[in-house]
Amino acid sequence: MTVRGPHAHHRVAVTGIGVVAPGAIGTKAFWELLTSGRTATRRISFFDPSPFRSQVAAECDFDPVAEGLTVEQSQRLDRAVQFALVCAREAIADSGLTLGDVDPYRLGVSLGTAVGATMSLDREYCVVSHRGKYWEVDPERAVPHLFDYLVPSSFAAEVAWDVGAEGPVSVISTGCTSGLDAVGHAWELIREGSADVMIAGATDAPISPITVACFDAIKATTTLNDDPEHASRPFDARRDGFVLGEGAAVFVLEEWERARRRGATVYAEIAGFATRCNAYHMTGLRPDGREMAEAIRASLDIARIPTTAIDYINAHGSGTRQNDRHETAAFKASLGDHAYATPVSSIKSMIGHSLGAIGSLEVAACALAITHNVIPPTANWTERDPECDLDYVPVTAREQQTDVVLSVGSGFGGFQSAMVLSDPEWACRD
Amino acid sequence: MTGIGVVAPTGIGREEYWEATRAGGSAIAPITRFDASKYRARLAGQVPDFDPAERLPSHLLPQTDPMTQYALIAAEHALDDAGIIPEQLPEYAAGVVTAAAYGGFEFGQGELQNLWSKGGEYVSAYQSFAWFYAVNTGQISIRHGMRGPGRVIVTEQAGGLDAVAQARRQVRGGTPVVVTGGADSALCPWGWVSQIANGRVSLREEPHRAYLPFSREACGYVPGEGAALLIVEDADSAHARGARRYGEVAGYAATFDPPPGSGRPPGLERAIRMALADAEVTPQEVDVVFADAAGVPDLDAVEAAALRAVFGEREVPVTAPKTGTGRLASAGACLDLVAAFLALRDQVIPPTPNVTRAHVAHPIALVGPEPVSASLQTALVLARGIGGFNAAMVIRRAA
Amino acid sequence: MEAFTLDDLRALLRECAGEPGGSLDGDHILDTTFAELGYDSLAVMEAAARVRRRYGVVLPEEVTQVESTLRAFVDAVRAQTQAQAV
Repeated sequence: MTVRGPHAHHRVAVTGIGVVAPGAIGTKAFWELLTSGRTATRRISFFDPSPFRSQVAAECDFDPVAEGLTVEQSQRLDRAVQFALVCAREAIADSGLTLGDVDPYRLGVSLGTAVGATMSLDREYCVVSHRGKYWEVDPERAVPHLFDYLVPSSFAAEVAWDVGAEGPVSVISTGCTSGLDAVGHAWELIREGSADVMIAGATDAPISPITVACFDAIKATTTLNDDPEHASRPFDARRDGFVLGEGAAVFVLEEWERARRRGATVYAEIAGFATRCNAYHMTGLRPDGREMAEAIRASLDIARIPTTAIDYINAHGSGTRQNDRHETAAFKASLGDHAYATPVSSIKSMIGHSLGAIGSLEVAACALAITHNVIPPTANWTERDPECDLDYVPVTAREQQTDVVLSVGSGFGGFQSAMVLSDPEWACRD
Repeated sequence: MTGIGVVAPTGIGREEYWEATRAGGSAIAPITRFDASKYRARLAGQVPDFDPAERLPSHLLPQTDPMTQYALIAAEHALDDAGIIPEQLPEYAAGVVTAAAYGGFEFGQGELQNLWSKGGEYVSAYQSFAWFYAVNTGQISIRHGMRGPGRVIVTEQAGGLDAVAQARRQVRGGTPVVVTGGADSALCPWGWVSQIANGRVSLREEPHRAYLPFSREACGYVPGEGAALLIVEDADSAHARGARRYGEVAGYAATFDPPPGSGRPPGLERAIRMALADAEVTPQEVDVVFADAAGVPDLDAVEAAALRAVFGEREVPVTAPKTGTGRLASAGACLDLVAAFLALRDQVIPPTPNVTRAHVAHPIALVGPEPVSASLQTALVLARGIGGFNAAMVIRRAA
Repeated sequence: MEAFTLDDLRALLRECAGEPGGSLDGDHILDTTFAELGYDSLAVMEAAARVRRRYGVVLPEEVTQVESTLRAFVDAVRAQTQAQAV
C-alpha cells in the first residue's frame, strides 16, 4: 500500500454509478453508447427550434414514471431533479449498499448543477407574465412550488430526503465545472472525515428557449443544423461550437475502508482533485491553458501520482474553437511530452454538453474506462486541426490497460477543475 | 478573519452597517423597487439607493445583476479592509468561495421578457452568465486577479456559513487567502412571486410587526437583499504580515433535517453540538448566540428547543439583528457573522429590532430591541436554509 | 433614416459595455480597435446584436471582432443600411 503521508486522509472509493444520458438511460446503456461511438445529438424536439441560430441538442428520452418516480413527482419536480433522483437510486442499487446500514448522520449529498431549474423557470415565467407581456407578473398564476425552482438547493434536498441523508448536504454550482466540483466536494468531505458515504453527482436539464437563446447570443453553440448527428466535433478542424445537452450522473462515494469491509465492488479511487480560477474573462479562455495546467498539476500532486502514469485524459472537449485549443495547450503544459503519448477523448462528441451535469457524466466514463480497460472515442473526429495535435482517439473505442485517468473541466466564470481517478488495484501494484 | 465588506439594507460599508445594527436600526419598509401593490406581501429589506456607476467600473454595469454589483462592492471593501493587494500575492495564493441562493434573477427576468415578448435575438450576450449561480465567484476572481481555487455553494440561507467553512477548508489545504461570503437579491416581480411562493413570507403590513421571530406574534419573515463578504486567511500568514484580525473561525458543522413526517429529530441541535466539538468549546464558554430566527412559529420552536437542549438552564444571550434587515438568503448568515465579529470587537451584543420579548413557549434569553454590553470571547452563529439545511459556526475573538 | 455615425456607436458602446479603457470622447478613436479601447468579444457581440435589432442589418464577421476598428464597424453599418434602403 502507498503510504499517505503524516496527515493520513481517508481514501475515497466510487462504489456505485447511476446515469441518465442522451441516448442512454442507465449506466449499462451509457457505456454501450460511449464505446460504440454512436452519437445522441439531434434536431431539438422539445420546442420548435427554427427561430434560433443553433437548432441541435442532445436530448434524453426520459419517462419519469417509467423510471420509478410518482406522477406527483413527475409534475412537481424540475426535470433535472427527476434525473438526479433516478440516478441516485440506480447508483445505490449498483453499489449494493443497504441504506439502513449507513448512519444517516454520516451520509451526505453533494449535487452539482449549473443552471438549476431553468426549464421550469422558463415555462413558469411565461405563465405568470403572459409570455413576457408585462414586467409585473400575475401572482395568481404562480405554482405553489415556484420557490423550489428559484433555489436549486431544493435539488439536493429532494435527493437527501429520498436516500435519508442527514449529514452534509449541498448543491455546488460552478457553471460547467459543477459536475466535477460536486464530486470533488464530496471527496473532500469523506477525505477529511466529515462523512462516510456521499451521494454525489450532477444534473442539468437546460434545453429550453432561454438557454438556447443565450448561447446563440455569444455564438458558443454549433450551427451545423443540417447534420445534427455530426454536429458535436471536439478537436476536429471543422468544429464550430458545442451542442447543448442534458442528463445526470450520480455516484456512491464511500470511505475506502468502509467499502472494503463490506466487500463492495470498487470502480475506481478518486485520488486527487483541484480547482483554479483563470481570473481572465467570464466566457473567454487564456490561449495557453495556464490555470487548467495548474489545476492538473495540483490534482496530481495531491494524488501523489506522476504525470507519466496517466493512461487516459477525459477532456472537457466542448467543441468550441477556443476551448479545444486551450485544453490542448493545458495538457502539453502540465504533462509535457507525455501529453503526446496519452489518449485524449471527449464524450461530448456523443452526448453533447450538459453544462453542470457533464462533469459527472465524464467521471462516470472515467470510472467505467478504468473498470473495463476501454477508452471511449471522440466521435466525428475526421479532420486534424494543426493547433489540436494530440491523440484524440477518433471515432472508435480503444482497448487499453487504463489504471490512471485524468478528467478535466472548464467553465464560464473562469473555473478550471481537474480530477484524478485510479484503478483500485493500481496503488497496491505500485 | 481579516476583512469585512457589507452591502446591507441597513447600510453600505462595515461601519455604516454596524452603527445601524448596534442601534437596533431597521430597514424593513414597503417595496419601492417595483410596484408591489398587487402582491400579498409588500415589505422587504432593500439596499438603500445608490449609483452603481460611482462604485463600479462602467463596463461591469450592463453585465451584472444587482446582487453581483453588491458582491463586487462588498468584496472590494473586504480586501481593502484587510489591506490585501491581490496583485502582490503569489499567483495561486488567493481563492474565492461564494454562496448563492437565487442567482441573478432580476437580470434574468429582463432577458426572459426579451425572449418571450420580442424574440431570441433580443437576449443579451451577458445572459449566459449574469444569472447563473457561479457568477459572483467568477466576477470577483476576475476583477481582483484571484486565481486560486473557486467554489460556489447553494444551500439557501445556510450557504453563508457553508461558504465560509469551505473557505476555511481551502486555507487549510494551502491557499493562504480566500474571499468568501454570500450575495442575493430577487426584488423584481418574478423574483418576488417566486419567494413568496414558499409560504413563509410575512403578509403583515406594518414594518415593525412583520418579522418577529420567537415572539408571540411571529408570522413569517421579510425577505431582504444584500451582500456580505469576508477575508479568511491563514492565521500564521495573517500574523506575519501584521494584519488586524477580527477573530477566528473556530468550529463549524452542517447537518440536514430528516424527511418531513419521518418522526426523526431535526438536525439543528446536532449541528450546534458538532460545531462546538469542532471548536473544542463547551456550551459554558459560548457568550452569545446569533440565531437563525426563522420567524415561523414551528421553526422558532425547533431553534429554541435546540438552544435549550445544548445550553440547559444557562441563559446564554440570543440575538437576531436580521429582524432589521430581513432574511438575505445566502448573504444573511454571512452578515450575521459580520455582526458577531464586530460584537466581539466592541464587546456589545447588537439588539433584535422590533422584538421585545420571546414567547413564553421559547425558553431563551432573547436580547430585545436595545444593545447589551457584555464580555464576549466566543460567539455561535446559526443558519438554516429552506429545505432542511442547518449550519452552525463558532467564532472566537482575536487574542 | 439618418446615417449611422461614430456618435451612434459611441452611445451604443457606452450602453452595452461602458468605457473600460477610459473616455470615448474625441474622433481619434475612429481608427483604434475595440480591443485597444478595452472592449472584449462579448462587448462587440452585444453592440452588433443591438445594431441588428435596431437597424435590421447583420454585420459581416470581420467587423465584429475585437481587432476590428471602430471605423470599419461604422462603415459596415452604413453600407448595410444604405443597401437596405435601395
